Amino acid sequence: MTHKKIVFVSRKAPYGTNAAAEMIEAVLVTAAFDQQVHLAFLDDGVFQLARAQTPEAIGHKPFAQNLTELGEYDIDHVWVERESLAERGLTEHDLMIAVSLVNRAAMAEVLAEADILMSL
Amino acid sequence: MLHIVSKSPYADASLESCLNHWRDGDALILIEDAVVAALAEGRFSTRLKGLALHVLTPDLEARGLSVKALVDGAAQVDYEGFVDLCAEQPASLSWL
Repeated sequence: MTHKKIVFVSRKAPYGTNAAAEMIEAVLVTAAFDQQVHLAFLDDGVFQLARAQTPEAIGHKPFAQNLTELGEYDIDHVWVERESLAERGLTEHDLMIAVSLVNRAAMAEVLAEADILMSL
Repeated sequence: MLHIVSKSPYADASLESCLNHWRDGDALILIEDAVVAALAEGRFSTRLKGLALHVLTPDLEARGLSVKALVDGAAQVDYEGFVDLCAEQPASLSWL
């Protein structure tokens, strides 16, 4: 099987819709098929990574569990856009996992280098 | 890359974000509610001018907007044209 570079583009805040949760599931499934999997968080997607989430109170499962498992699934890179964080009043210290911080132009390059772009 | 935008920019930030990640050689197609962005007299016309811009004709017509002037350089395409654009570009991204 050829290794395609697949970039999952996550731009939605968690919990308001199921998009964010479904994307993480799709990421883990794709990684199981031995593809080159990248995950890009931009716009409201950066809110998915906030530490200290307690969504049980609003009837949702926490993201933390799945996201901290990304390393075990051989995800190649988790990219987070610096401007998206800053515009929303977050810093990298607010994030629950180690990520590759990139500015907007570098994020555009990450997207441009993908063989396949996935979004939900 | 072919950018596919489907949400009205008056209600959603996806077109804005798409334009912020634009690179030379990219192309854009506006479909569904996003076709409203293509009107020449609209607020987004200045941002869209000069880009490889395409607008899906059935979505324009459905909304009664095909009688309106579009941004300079905007090309109307049908579903076949949409498929051609996808085939011409190395990858496509739906800004959902």
